[in-house]
Amino acid sequence: MPDATPSTQHAAPGGGPPPDGRPLAIRLRAVAKTFGKGESAVRALRGVDLDVPAGALTMLVGPSGCGKTTLISILAGLLARDAGELAVFGQDLGALRRDRLSAWRRDNVGFIFQQFNLVPQLTVAENVSVPLVLKGESVGAAVRKAHDILATLGLEGRGASAPLKLSGGQQQRVAIARALIHEPRLLVCDEPTSALDAELGRRVMGFIRDRSRSPDRAVVVVTHDDRIFHLADTIAHMDDGLVRSVERRAPHIEPPQTAKQGSA
Amino acid sequence: MFRFAIKMLFGDNAKFYGILLGLGFASLLIAQQASIFVGLMSRTFAFIGDVGHVDLWVFDPTQSYVDEPKPLRTTALERVRGVTGVAWAAPLYKGLLVATLPDGKRQLCNVVGIDDDTLAAGPGTIVEGSVADLRQPDAVMVQVGSSQQNMMFPAELAPGALPAPGQVIDPKGPKRPVQIGDIVELNERRARVVGLVRCPETFTPGPTIYTVYSRALTYAPPARRVMSAVLVKANEGVDPAELCERITEQTGYAALQPWDYSMRTLGYWMRETGIPINFGIAIALGFFVGVAIAGQMFYNFTLDNLRYFGAFKAMGASSRLLLGMVALQALVAGVLGLGLGLGAVSAFGLNAAGGKLAFKMLWQIPFIAAGAVLVICVLASVISMWKVVRLDPADVFKGA
Ligand SMILES: Nc1ncnc2c1ncn2[C@@H]1O[C@H](COP(=O)(O)OP(=O)(O)OP(=O)(O)O)[C@@H](O)[C@H]1O
Ligand SMILES: [Mg+2]
Repeated sequence: MPDATPSTQHAAPGGGPPPDGRPLAIRLRAVAKTFGKGESAVRALRGVDLDVPAGALTMLVGPSGCGKTTLISILAGLLARDAGELAVFGQDLGALRRDRLSAWRRDNVGFIFQQFNLVPQLTVAENVSVPLVLKGESVGAAVRKAHDILATLGLEGRGASAPLKLSGGQQQRVAIARALIHEPRLLVCDEPTSALDAELGRRVMGFIRDRSRSPDRAVVVVTHDDRIFHLADTIAHMDDGLVRSVERRAPHIEPPQTAKQGSA
Repeated sequence: MFRFAIKMLFGDNAKFYGILLGLGFASLLIAQQASIFVGLMSRTFAFIGDVGHVDLWVFDPTQSYVDEPKPLRTTALERVRGVTGVAWAAPLYKGLLVATLPDGKRQLCNVVGIDDDTLAAGPGTIVEGSVADLRQPDAVMVQVGSSQQNMMFPAELAPGALPAPGQVIDPKGPKRPVQIGDIVELNERRARVVGLVRCPETFTPGPTIYTVYSRALTYAPPARRVMSAVLVKANEGVDPAELCERITEQTGYAALQPWDYSMRTLGYWMRETGIPINFGIAIALGFFVGVAIAGQMFYNFTLDNLRYFGAFKAMGASSRLLLGMVALQALVAGVLGLGLGLGAVSAFGLNAAGGKLAFKMLWQIPFIAAGAVLVICVLASVISMWKVVRLDPADVFKGA
């Protein structure tokens, strides 16, 4: 854990700023996860320490099977850890019961899946509206907001289409709209650009990066795609169930020009 | 989200229509077969219901259904009349006899002889003529408008006319229905049609012929026992059930109220024939077709949607909400499929009314079909729901 000194970083989860001056969104200490039992047990995470800064785009990179998906599943509240500490915006997810946890995800997390998982029988706008509808908003109001956010993603007029009528890149933007419509504090993406060409991948990541620029937001992206590494504010390198190193690329709080003291 | 659940169901055209067809077909089979079963079985005792104004039937204690030929001794009538509480008792003849038509055609007929004096227990619906006409010599009334075998006469013969000597009537020539004035032979004895009646469809083949009891005996082959039953009217204020007991006690005959006698008859056919089993199999088949087609299609539909349910779950939809969505989808499919099936059955029943098919849709039958469809939907959705509940939201990141 080259850059993290747990004793000095924060006393309380989500508390004071880390040494480099960035507020903290997510704090993991010695997080472990094992799948299965006995002979066939797989230790997917073997004590991960990681600080995910707020207002920044964090990438998780590493070889296949090193535990990236497992890690974002845990910090998004989809998967329970076996051991260690985890606080997301100050909330210990392990302390929440199942139904509270799903309500927490509904209120705080946006997801972008590799398979976009857009429901083909629903229109584009209806797909995008789902997080708001889940929060109790009326379908009518939610769909109107969906049209608005689709417009900001260059998809105006496409809200009434069937998702499968759109190109892969357009579908990915629909998925992004769906992940962002309820303005989640945490956005997690697993391989969001793997289905896109280089140019589209950069544009999509640029959009996601812009959304991270707020002190009460955080974005975590799992990727293999070295074409987009340069957009990251922080890159956590994983291997064999551990975070081996963290590159901090730039300061992250607006205005970005004030304190350039990125660490590596 | 429930609106979206419905859209997901309707939007998947192939599966949706498959589910509807499966459920529709299942409810069609179940309701249609059940209706025919009820229709057919109610024919077994229809005659009892058609005999009006009678409080009880007295018959041989070993007789298990109304058409069973187990006649009583003639003395039974007087013995029944001697029981206190009996207002009147009338003899009844009921037997299958062969009628010979003017063209030589022979036809099995169901002959009913009613009390000469009172003419009680006569035909329920008279189309033409009057029961009193039965008092004329050789008079009979013949059933018309049956779905089974009506009595048909050669069209070239006017009512009452017999073929001239040497006149050859083509048995395959044109026919007309029986009319008043027509003459037939019953067991070589003349019978003249004085009236036309309508009777409920029964199990016994051939038209029903009404006549008076004494004349029926002249048509029937001679035998020591000829009286099929004694029909009894109870005195005012006498409980028919008690009277039944008293008659049995004092005469040794069985006595039942019409409905109980109907049920005894029905019970015989249910127990002693393969009819219930055969219809039971058809109905069960309908149910399994429903489970196999609709249930399995619905399950596949849910499986197809599992990744979206998984995504919803990751996005914070509770399991309860997802279960509600699946249940709603099953319910909507069930109601629509049931409507489709019952609609088809009713259309079928309307066409069958007056047709040859015994079709009787009791009010319970749609509920039975609905229950069956409900079971199918619950089965299908419970298996589907199990998948949805077991869904690990973390799996949404695992590429499908
Ligand atoms: N549900 C599970 N049951 C059993 N083993 C699992 C499960 N999920 C993940 N694993 C195992 O845990 C390890 C880490 O998996 P994970 O999916 O987190 O890797 P990853 O870094 O995302 O890999 P990739 O880059 O291929 O997506 C792997 O060995 C994987 O086989
Ligand atoms: Mg992965």
